[in-house]
Amino acid sequence: MSHDSVDKLVKMANQIGKFFVAQKHPEGVASMTDHLKKFWDPRMRNAIVAHVDHGGAGLDPIAIEAVKRLRHRAGAAESELRPGEGGSDG
Amino acid sequence: MTLIKEIDFGTPESKAEKLVTLTIDGTTVTVPEGTSIMRAAMEIGTEIPKLCATDSINAFGSCRLCVIEVEGRNGTPASCTTPVAQGISVKTQTPRLAAIRRGVMELYISDHPLDCLTCAANGDCELQDMAGAVGLRDVRYGYDGANHVFARNNGEVNFDWKPKDESNPYFSYDPSKCIVCNRCVRACEEVQGTFALTISGRGFGSRVSPSMDEAFMESECVSCGACVQACPTATLIEKSVIAIGQPEHSAVTTCAYCGVGCTFKAEMRGEEVVRMVPWKDGKANHGHSCVKGRFAYGYAHHGDRILNPMIRETIAEPWREVSWEEAIAFAADRLKATQEKYGKNSVGVITSSRCTNEESYLVQKLARQGFKNNNTDTCARVCHSPTGYGLAQAFGTSAGTQDFDSVDDADVILVMGANPTDAHPVFGSRMKKRLREGAKLIVIDPRRIDLVRSPHVTADYHLPLKPGTNVAMVTALAHVIVTEGLVNLEFVKARCDWDEYQDWAAFVAQPQYSPEALETTLGVPAADVRAAARLYATGGNGAIYYGLGVTEHSQGSTTVMGIANLAMATGNLGRRGVGVNPLRGQNNVQGSCDMGSFPHELPGYRHISNEAARQAFEKDWGVSLDPEPGLRIPNMFDAAIEGSFKGLYVQGEDILQSDPDTSHVSRALANMDIVIVQDLFLVETANYAHVFLPGATFLEKDGTFTNAERRIQRVTKVMRPKNGYADWEVTQLLANKMGLNWNYAHASEIMDEIARLTPSFAGVSFKRLDEDGSVQWPCNENSPHGMPIMHIDGFARGKGKFVITEYVPTDEKVGPRFPLLLTTGRILSQYNVGAQTRRTENSQWHPEDVLEIHPHDAEDRGVRDGDWVRVASRAGETTLRAKITDRVAPGVVYTTFHHPVTQANVVTTDNSDWATNCPEYKVTAVQVATTNGPTDWQHQYRELTEQSRRIASTIDAAE
Repeated sequence: MSHDSVDKLVKMANQIGKFFVAQKHPEGVASMTDHLKKFWDPRMRNAIVAHVDHGGAGLDPIAIEAVKRLRHRAGAAESELRPGEGGSDG
Repeated sequence: MTLIKEIDFGTPESKAEKLVTLTIDGTTVTVPEGTSIMRAAMEIGTEIPKLCATDSINAFGSCRLCVIEVEGRNGTPASCTTPVAQGISVKTQTPRLAAIRRGVMELYISDHPLDCLTCAANGDCELQDMAGAVGLRDVRYGYDGANHVFARNNGEVNFDWKPKDESNPYFSYDPSKCIVCNRCVRACEEVQGTFALTISGRGFGSRVSPSMDEAFMESECVSCGACVQACPTATLIEKSVIAIGQPEHSAVTTCAYCGVGCTFKAEMRGEEVVRMVPWKDGKANHGHSCVKGRFAYGYAHHGDRILNPMIRETIAEPWREVSWEEAIAFAADRLKATQEKYGKNSVGVITSSRCTNEESYLVQKLARQGFKNNNTDTCARVCHSPTGYGLAQAFGTSAGTQDFDSVDDADVILVMGANPTDAHPVFGSRMKKRLREGAKLIVIDPRRIDLVRSPHVTADYHLPLKPGTNVAMVTALAHVIVTEGLVNLEFVKARCDWDEYQDWAAFVAQPQYSPEALETTLGVPAADVRAAARLYATGGNGAIYYGLGVTEHSQGSTTVMGIANLAMATGNLGRRGVGVNPLRGQNNVQGSCDMGSFPHELPGYRHISNEAARQAFEKDWGVSLDPEPGLRIPNMFDAAIEGSFKGLYVQGEDILQSDPDTSHVSRALANMDIVIVQDLFLVETANYAHVFLPGATFLEKDGTFTNAERRIQRVTKVMRPKNGYADWEVTQLLANKMGLNWNYAHASEIMDEIARLTPSFAGVSFKRLDEDGSVQWPCNENSPHGMPIMHIDGFARGKGKFVITEYVPTDEKVGPRFPLLLTTGRILSQYNVGAQTRRTENSQWHPEDVLEIHPHDAEDRGVRDGDWVRVASRAGETTLRAKITDRVAPGVVYTTFHHPVTQANVVTTDNSDWATNCPEYKVTAVQVATTNGPTDWQHQYRELTEQSRRIASTIDAAE
């Protein structure tokens, strides 16, 4: 991915992180990981995982943690939260 | 087919529960207390002659034609203004009544032109009907003397005569035919709520007068058509009826403009539309309409419409008209080649929020079954995707909680980031009616929208917040509700997750979220915020209506959840008169979401990772589905620029004009190998297309639309598609060329498949819709006739979820380079990108987009009203004319996005909602300066458009 695209993903991930960091429960990192699984296309997830592998410059701590967890598990099909929890975005 | 004629009961229905029994002409009838004798008679099929009464407006009692006799009472009272009473005995026809009526009719006719045979209302004239009904045989007074009929009397100028007013493009006003029944004036007041009409003068000099005796187009008239519909004569009549004649058959269908979903009778002569008349039994509009649905259907036969398929190898070439077979084969081959070369995930679709449910369903099915990926998205991405996300989080369903009728029971109406009188005009009129009855109004909007102050409606509180501070506003309102002890704890304890509530309450109660602490952030006096919060929490039934001013922000989803928090905390859910009501933008934006248009979910909002849901579709479609979400529209553009997304099939959506950051979108489109555009016109996106597939209008196909209240309504074909195929048939051609073997013979078969696979649609079928008129989903075993109000005993998700709404200011900040905030919106006469409305006479009301700017900001920059100004943001710049107004606050500028020449989206940025990537249209930091004319970009774009719209001549040179 080009720098532009990664910059955009970093910005998006930080936006998501800011929301989940403010929530008390369920735990913010897990919710954010789940959000990425449910709404990000695999190529976007791969790109952000690759970015974290290279140090994750620009990402907030919660986003780095969430992306790290993303790496260790398969995609949306393995979501831990019950249906509806991650939210649909219709 | 015949002409559908609704029964006119003469006066409105009484909502009283107590019943009253009386006899009319010896027949016993029982009706609710408060019903007029006229209406009670009509209930048993007795039509009392009338002229000034019609059941859309209150009784007036002026024509004296509807007189009756009541046994034991003196005189001959008017049956329209006389309510029923227990045990009375009414006679509707006696020699005395007949003589009175005939006398009245004689007077009317003595001052009316006798040109019935050449009159446009011939065959549909109540005056003519009544002359027949009362047995008028003679006019003893003659036709000489004072009159309003003739321009000259005995060669002398007749000052009582007035010429026709032809100023409105859609209807004419002929004062010589007016009987001053006042129906138009009352319809304008009671139904539309504009108060543009009045009766000037008195006695014989009484005249219907738009505003202060102005022409209709000069007056406040919004051309909704209510007066035309109410007129019993040819005084106010559609110009199309004058041109064509009376219709001979009609069919009920649903408007293809906004999310209100008005139903209309398409009145036809053969395959020609004579007029569109709002249907009285329509549950969304109850017989009312706006200038778009009522009149702006002329685009269907506009010369710009493309009727033949076209292809081209590259976008630099001119278009080549080809057969359907060739175009479909070209499209399918390219899609397949692209997938072979770049992988299966390199292509995708965009479903249309203007097309039918059935059509959106097929387009997403093409992606999932045919392309074997989930790269499907829809226009809702850029409007109400945060509503779907936010309300699903809070309540468990991605839709509004009420029907429109619910507003009749609202005591406090809170409108946030919506402009109903312009963008949802028929519901706006409904809302104004309730406000005139005394409901309180809170408006949260940076701009002083019409609702804030319009005839007989004044907002109790207008909170003109700075664009981008919605989350701070809903949190400040919540702070007041929690800290002042206004929470409905009983509701919260019974219905919501208590732990989450407590976390939320502790969060909003923090001092930094008080209106006082947020006063400079919001730019709204703290006292007003406090008072508005108190009013919403304690004023009785509180109903929230919101629009794109809430969703189209970087924190759009957070604001939606904040709104849900307010409704839950105050117990304003689960009954009539309350609720959280998103006002949906496009006619079928709700439906396109319901139909699985989003990349992460199947029809009925089931996540693509949901094994059971996926299996049902896999079994039915005979393929295995990818369990991973696909790309959303903005992600598609990013992936296209990056090179991994190369093909797109777009049905009925002009992404180049409607999506933000135009230069980014055009770079993405230019990077693709195959762009297929299916539309009525060569829309802006078609500049970058390789295949153009002509689309059909809503008049040319069968199907269903789902409006903002989840109401599924029929769209009825009234003419053959001029392009040859309905849109779902075109998708089917493409799918079959891709090897899918679809065999739908009618749209109803597609709905049957949707019902079979979607639990919330299980009970929906064309048969059910034809029987019930419409249903509001969920429609299944538990609610076979649909569900007008949701979450009555419990939330769909179980316990209501309170979400913490931390305010995160947008990255789009004002600074020295871009000191003003631009926000965008709609205007009444135009619709969305204007592809349809600009091709009608509606452009007379709004010929160009203008920039609204506050006098202070204008003076600072030396801008005068009407000057060309340049609007520049970090994304781009454009020019348009300035309109100086204090409707916007200092520091804020406003424009619409209806015209491609302006291209407001050249300046909007790629910021988006954190959860859904819904673009942040509503906040762009800009600078405004005077200029001499269009920018270089506008010149270049015009050239590009002209270049890319060339169609190669197919006619060989004459030999």
